[in-house]
Amino acid sequence: MHVKDIVVRVIIGGSVVSVFALLGELLKPKSFAGLFGAAPSVSLATLALTAAKEGKVYASLEARSMLLGSVAFIIYAAIVSRGMMHRRIQVLAATTLGLALWAACAFSLWYVVLRVRW
Amino acid sequence: MGGMRLQSMVCRLAGALVKIKVDTSGLKNSKWYEFVVRFAFGGAVTAFAGLVAHRFGPAIGGLFLAFPAIVPATATLISKREKEKKERAGLEGAERGREAAAIDIAGAAMGGFGLAAFSVICWLGLPKKATALALVGATVTWLIVAVSVWALRERLCRRLRARKPNARFQSETLTSIADRSSR
Repeated sequence: MHVKDIVVRVIIGGSVVSVFALLGELLKPKSFAGLFGAAPSVSLATLALTAAKEGKVYASLEARSMLLGSVAFIIYAAIVSRGMMHRRIQVLAATTLGLALWAACAFSLWYVVLRVRW
Repeated sequence: MGGMRLQSMVCRLAGALVKIKVDTSGLKNSKWYEFVVRFAFGGAVTAFAGLVAHRFGPAIGGLFLAFPAIVPATATLISKREKEKKERAGLEGAERGREAAAIDIAGAAMGGFGLAAFSVICWLGLPKKATALALVGATVTWLIVAVSVWALRERLCRRLRARKPNARFQSETLTSIADRSSR
């Protein structure tokens, strides 16, 4: 991957994320605005660029794996939110350490669903 | 009969959606660097997902399209903002900050269902349809699914609260927690 490709991804990805963040800032109640924390911002930018460069079938395979990442995202967000609300875990600690939980869930799902030949 | 049931469900969902408002005061409280942080995180994750896919293939790279990289940054900013707001009013703000961030992340969990629907539409639609059409269709699907899950949860919690008014946290809607603690 060339430096130019990386720069294009940073600019387009950052811009799409900023637009969804702006929408989240404008809407109330807070739990509704929170929906925009799971907006498909990174995926929109990535899939559009990937489909243009590598082809639509390649982008489709990325989207299939993204489904597993989304399940891990739901588990991550539900557990982190509960931990902060009921166990009073600090925000930065809960959200950052929770990323390891996301990775564990995502890679376990990938291994079980896509890697193992049943 | 089925049509009437669907109509009734749509009316109930619409009832929950009435509470959604556009409020520009949130924007006035935002600082410019908060958007720079989000831009930087968003750009970094998009580039990282591309690099992972390039090195390990689309099956691994695709997982990172749902990586919650923006969540820690957004939650920390929300918590800091709410804490400062309470402290300016002479109150202890740490708990309120954490609660506000937790509510935002609970919303993100519901949005995660929309993200899953988005990926299904892209997975099945991209090989058959034009890229722009598949991506627009998937984004609209994300919005519909995410909003529906949020509205259903609000509705369900409200009903549980009406049945068991003393079961505070289990049956309290996220909106009501936010309303109570912002006072």
